[in-house]
Amino acid sequence: MTAPAAPPSSPPALTPVELGRWAWRQLTSMRTALILLFLLALAAVPGSIVPQRDIDAIAVGRWQDSHPELTPVYEKLGLFSVYDSVWFSSIYILLMISLVGCILPRTRVYWRGMRARPPKAPRNLGRLPESRSFAVDVPPASALSAAREALRSRRYRVDVHEGDAGRGGSVAAERGYLREAGNLLFHVSLLVVLVGFAIGSLWGYKGGVIVVNGQGFSNSLSQYDDFAPGALFGPDDLSPFEFTVDDFRVKFLESGEQAGMPTEFSADLTYTERPGAPEKKYDLAVNHPLSLDGGSVFLVGHGYAPRVTVRDGEGNVAYQGPSIFLPQDSSFASFGVIKVPDALPEQLGFEGLFLPTYGFSMERGPYSRFPDALDPVLSLLPYRGDLGLDTGEPQSVYELDKDKLDVFEKDTGADFRLDIALGQTKQLPNGAGSITFDGVDRWVKLQVSDSPGKRIALGGVLLAITGLLGSLFIRPRRAWVRVREEDGRTVVELAGLDRSAGGDLGDEVDELERRLRERLAAGALPDPDASPVTTGTNPRKE
Amino acid sequence: MSTADFAAFSNNAIAFASVVYVFAFVAHLAEWAFARSVPVTAPAGSSAVAAAEPVAVGTSGAPVTSGVDTPGGAAGASYDRRADEGRAEDGRAGRGPDAGELSGRALSVEKLGRIGVALTVLAALLHLAGLVTRGLGSDPVRVPWGNMYEFSVAGAFGVTLIYLVLLRKYALRWMGVLVTAFEVVVLMLAVLLLYVPAGPLVPALHSYWLVIHVVAAVIGAGAFAVGAMASALFLVKARAEARGTLRTTGYVARLPESSVLDRIAYRVHAFGFPIWTFAALVAGPIWAEYAWGRYWGWDPKEVWAFITWVVYAAYLHARATAGWRGKGAAVIALIGFATVLFNFVGINLFGSGLHSYSGLD
Ligand code: HEM
Repeated sequence: MTAPAAPPSSPPALTPVELGRWAWRQLTSMRTALILLFLLALAAVPGSIVPQRDIDAIAVGRWQDSHPELTPVYEKLGLFSVYDSVWFSSIYILLMISLVGCILPRTRVYWRGMRARPPKAPRNLGRLPESRSFAVDVPPASALSAAREALRSRRYRVDVHEGDAGRGGSVAAERGYLREAGNLLFHVSLLVVLVGFAIGSLWGYKGGVIVVNGQGFSNSLSQYDDFAPGALFGPDDLSPFEFTVDDFRVKFLESGEQAGMPTEFSADLTYTERPGAPEKKYDLAVNHPLSLDGGSVFLVGHGYAPRVTVRDGEGNVAYQGPSIFLPQDSSFASFGVIKVPDALPEQLGFEGLFLPTYGFSMERGPYSRFPDALDPVLSLLPYRGDLGLDTGEPQSVYELDKDKLDVFEKDTGADFRLDIALGQTKQLPNGAGSITFDGVDRWVKLQVSDSPGKRIALGGVLLAITGLLGSLFIRPRRAWVRVREEDGRTVVELAGLDRSAGGDLGDEVDELERRLRERLAAGALPDPDASPVTTGTNPRKE
Repeated sequence: MSTADFAAFSNNAIAFASVVYVFAFVAHLAEWAFARSVPVTAPAGSSAVAAAEPVAVGTSGAPVTSGVDTPGGAAGASYDRRADEGRAEDGRAGRGPDAGELSGRALSVEKLGRIGVALTVLAALLHLAGLVTRGLGSDPVRVPWGNMYEFSVAGAFGVTLIYLVLLRKYALRWMGVLVTAFEVVVLMLAVLLLYVPAGPLVPALHSYWLVIHVVAAVIGAGAFAVGAMASALFLVKARAEARGTLRTTGYVARLPESSVLDRIAYRVHAFGFPIWTFAALVAGPIWAEYAWGRYWGWDPKEVWAFITWVVYAAYLHARATAGWRGKGAAVIALIGFATVLFNFVGINLFGSGLHSYSGLD
């Protein structure tokens, strides 16, 4: 936008105060609000296209690897974390400032308007969008009070202006004051939501951890695989709960066209809320989180951890236990590594796939036919040499550092690969050792998080909707009745005005007319017959 | 009936519904083809009346729209009343001319229009039956919206439902041709491209918040679709009025005048917006909190629901901003609906977020 509302000619030099006022008026104008809303919508788009660090750090890494030239540019622009970026924040902060600057004066205007009297009847009621006019034989004064009563009964606020000496007068009426109140409530509630959201992102935290069946977790920083604290979160704020994953159950569809789809998974937890508190059981499932004071535990994923025993070249057990393998696809073919630093004379490493239900085809090689562990096989490439664990640099438990590792080779020179079925033991070449596939454990991926302020945010949205309903559906209206004497009869004029995009004004004025005639009839002494003179519907008179 | 029977019946019902929508569409097309040579008797389309009227509207000549403190809504009010009176007199729905003056061709127009509506009702019933049996055709029985095919079918039903519910109130028959075309296209695409056999839900969808969230989203999006059609036709009509190219016959001439279209669009959007707010900003986050441990995570689907919300908030603002009401607002409404469609199609198919439930590999 090139300053659409700037003064047309170059302005005479403004004093700083004037300039400030001018800028404030611009910022808090409806047009600016509109433009900022647009900018906000636009600014949100890139975050749905470029992978976001807070959502999927792995996807970000993958993207960066394949786009090395764009990466630094995107990094500068904050495109990998759009919703924390300076430009995104500045748009919504400007919007919020604009909002406050808009709400305050409107509240003042509203407050005054609420206490003001309904505006006096315009001179010519017949020119209003809806008007009616008829003559009756009741004294003007009683007609006037009938009009007042009729309008009151429709919950209008009324203001009677008597004419001279009982010769008629007019009634001004207004209703629907709550519409603007609803609108203000809606806009204020948006601020409440933002506050709730901010509390959550400043003092909240979110951490992920993979726990193998039978193992435990206690809520402290060192236990997490990944942890994202809010800016003002301190590690001491973690509440000291503990739990053990006793068992994990999963069911897959076994037949039909959607075979292999998971239908149900849940984990049995035993937990304590703080050290020394009594133990409790919980059935943790998707959509059934464990909510504790200061954090909730969610089940977000699962996978396999094959258990193996590795003997080294000297015949000693160098490694025994489960290793976490990460699922690669919906068949749960899972990738992982096993590191055996204690093996002698050389360290051993294994890398490869766990296939829960083994299948083989010439095109694909070994693959998994079904996600459940029906016929599990480990398909591994063994390595020997130096695992590189002594360099002091932290290493991922899901990858081998192959700088100083060598594969075993077959006599043909091809890589030596092991396919090990459950219970089998396979020897490594040259007496380097053996590996036994002992069993299959499952692991669950748990997310522990706390978002304080979520109740504030929720309350804010609910208030906002309440306000919105008022703002959209309450019809602010004005109505006027004028009563005058003409040729010995009393002429009653009635007109209405819709102050919003509501409509149905005709029905409203009809209803007012009905009520008015009812009261006139009741009040009229000799002749209750009230003959219509004209009915007007502008802009199209019929 | 067995589960498999229900599932098979569902497929048939959806196929039948598509065919009946096609017939309804053809009936409406024929209605408008006939109308090409039938002059509009009641001056339903003449903007001259509204513009010439002395009521102070502020913007002279420009399409009369109703915003804060402008009594422009009145034109629409009288229009609605007219429609009601017409119905009361001769039992005819909507904007048709008086029975006595109807020429043979005009009668055909009227008849075809009514056939179109009747067929649409029939198609909607089949459509509903298809949805219900889809749910019964899954083992265990469940709500019929768990994958992209089902979302499309359910979403399309939302559009017909909103249209039929508002048909009498706003005399919407002129929209029939658009609505039925929309249904035909969506159902065809769903059946041809998105179909997956009935089956159980993935665990992430096991929640009654799924029911609440999706019902609200479908109704909100349905209202936005109907609103978008009204806004699009508003643009067409307003252009014809502004250029003075309005003829006395044909589809555009028979549309309600632009101020009325604008007001109908507003009302439908105003109905949809709070429901969308509830779906996207209340039910969605609560469910996300249960399922994924965070109520808002800027997942692509959430991002686009938010974008939709912001765009429609901009629409409501535009209607109260000088220089934006009328045409500007209508364009924003169309952008809003484009974001709804993109969220539905783009994110479900191409997205990788937590919300990808297309069920297609
Ligand atoms: C945070 C961003 C905002 C959002 C999401 C928002 C949303 C809305 C919505 C949905 C409405 C429709 C309710 C109705 O039509 O009565 C509305 C109306 C209104 N908004 Fe905002 N708004 C925002 C910021 C602002 C700001 C900054 C201003 C001040 C310039 C403002 C002034 C108004 C006014 C005056 C109305 C009443 C319009 C009318 O009477 O039709 N809004 N807003």
